[in-house]
Amino acid sequence: MTLQQTLNSFRTGPDETGHFGQFGGRFVAETLMPLVLSLEKAYAEAKADPHYQGEMKSYLTHYVGRPSPLYFAERLTEHAGGAKIYLKRDELNHTGAHKINNVLGQILLAMRMGKTRIIAETGAGQHGVATATVCARFGLKCIVYMGAVDVERQKPNVFRMKMLGAELIPVTSGSKTLKDAMNEALRDWVTNVADTFYCIGTSAGPHPYPMMVRDFQSVIGTEARAQMIEREGRLPDSIIACIGGGSNAIGLFHPFLDDPSVEIYGVEAAGHGVASGLHAASLTGGRPGVLHGNRTYLLMDPDGQIAEAHSISAGLDYPGIGPEHSWLHDMGRVKYISATDQEALDAFQLLSKLEGIIPALEPAHAIARAVEIAATKPKDHLMIVNLCGRGDKDIFSVAEHLGGME
Amino acid sequence: MTTRIDTRFAKLGAEGRAALVTFVMAGDPDPATSLAIIKALPAAGADLIEIGMPFTDPMADGPAVQAAGLRALAAGETLAGTLKLVREFRAGDQSTPIILMGYYNPIYIYGVDRFLVDAKSAGIDGLIVVDLPPEEDDELCKPALAAGLNFIRLATPTTDDARLPKVLTNTSGFVYYVSIAGITGATTPDFGKVATAVARIKSHTNLPVAVGFGVKTAADAAAIAAGADGVVVGSTLVDAVRHSLDANGKATAKTVESVVALVKNIASGVHSVAKPKK
Repeated sequence: MTLQQTLNSFRTGPDETGHFGQFGGRFVAETLMPLVLSLEKAYAEAKADPHYQGEMKSYLTHYVGRPSPLYFAERLTEHAGGAKIYLKRDELNHTGAHKINNVLGQILLAMRMGKTRIIAETGAGQHGVATATVCARFGLKCIVYMGAVDVERQKPNVFRMKMLGAELIPVTSGSKTLKDAMNEALRDWVTNVADTFYCIGTSAGPHPYPMMVRDFQSVIGTEARAQMIEREGRLPDSIIACIGGGSNAIGLFHPFLDDPSVEIYGVEAAGHGVASGLHAASLTGGRPGVLHGNRTYLLMDPDGQIAEAHSISAGLDYPGIGPEHSWLHDMGRVKYISATDQEALDAFQLLSKLEGIIPALEPAHAIARAVEIAATKPKDHLMIVNLCGRGDKDIFSVAEHLGGME
Repeated sequence: MTTRIDTRFAKLGAEGRAALVTFVMAGDPDPATSLAIIKALPAAGADLIEIGMPFTDPMADGPAVQAAGLRALAAGETLAGTLKLVREFRAGDQSTPIILMGYYNPIYIYGVDRFLVDAKSAGIDGLIVVDLPPEEDDELCKPALAAGLNFIRLATPTTDDARLPKVLTNTSGFVYYVSIAGITGATTPDFGKVATAVARIKSHTNLPVAVGFGVKTAADAAAIAAGADGVVVGSTLVDAVRHSLDANGKATAKTVESVVALVKNIASGVHSVAKPKK
């Protein structure tokens, strides 16, 4: 499909049934449907309430530390030899990633709704840590589901969640990673309907989650847009972010979707390479299907059984993607590309050495492609890369891949 | 139009007893054993048969049904294989209603139109698709009804009176009341609350109401049968399959027999309850 000439805006979705074109929707069990509907109503009310918005803004400023800086990466720019590369420093947020932007919004909403028990799924552990953090701040019970494989490879975050008072439940079903953690969280929600709020960590799941998470994360793009105009007097020429479920990416992209001069790139995790079959690139290597409450591009076998994703980055290791990305892909507004495990590892080291910033493995995928794209652009081309998380959590698994710290 | 499901519930209503609805997973533990189990169910006391379509990510199922699905997938079960299973069953049984139960993605990938044609010709009577609420009726529910299949909806403790009419619209065959908010195979429900809930649903519809989730014994079945038109039993049957397997997870001589024995026992509970004849 090509860009529709008749479309006035890419920013109006979803429609009232939660669809972005054919994607999205509310594919959940009847037990959850009334909960999803009441969440939709509560969110619409909160969104229109100046008190709620004021609370959000205050906590984002004083607790999270927003706005995050837009930093000109001078040595990375020199290294690439083309475009001016700016980094949107969401890794400087409290808890070290963009995840808290969304968690804060959802937890404030949960409290408005009178919910006292918060559940979450987590892959890399960043969303789990953010949820545990905000729950600690407001004295709420927090249960985090995490794939047993991820518990093993993200030990620092496991410890942080426990320190913050969350109950961590390792998930041993299926592939023992993020998708299975999400299955278990949904099973918990089906069972504990009265007091429980499911705080989903990415821009996926049944409507209204993809919209709500996008709204909360759009603070990234809104700030970046204003900061670039302040710094350079104009919009960026390109923006780029990594994509697992796609919340940091949609947060950066959404405020720029209707600026036709801005090239937008989403970088999926190619694992061992898309051709190898061992990857997490749903748009590049998948097709539309239905999972976890929404229709979106998924990795699956010919019979519609969900395939296991593969990525060095636990946060991108998911066989699906947020439905709005699937739509933007089909509409041609965003260009979706990918980076392999090795390319991410190389970029992880490159940014550490050139800028003194250790990125998480997730945005290292975006850095890898950004350097390559920047090299093909003129010196006055302005690029923003979303540095959505810091790499502290990854140092042990990277060390393992690099054969030690020596 | 009248389906085998309608006919069966009418007949049992006239006899004054509740229906026993049995759930087993297609292809569990292997295609041949699965067919043998399903063929043996009617004589053991099953009035209607639900056949699970295995899926990798069954978000509303507990450990027993999850494991059954994974056993079936490991043994090579596909949706095409499940349709073939029903064709083979139907060759020897023209009257027992067959309902496929599962999740939408395998059907969506098979192709809705092609699936409905193949399901109808295989002798399938109804569908239960857990992740298709009425809000998504255009996907499969309406095409299925147009193709002459029943679309059986789940009603749950969270489905309040305001929402029930929406759930019941486009529901046919029977209503499947999920007795607890939870996953399959979880705790035993509070039978008193179940009877109240069934009465509440019946105030909105003339369709038969079958109740499931948490039914494990003949006594559970009898307690449910007293207040409902049907009793659904599932997790405990797939657990019986699991317990009968050898150390390598393969079927044994006991596999079919242990499911049959359990169904006979639970059927005795259902049959022990005499209801007013309709």
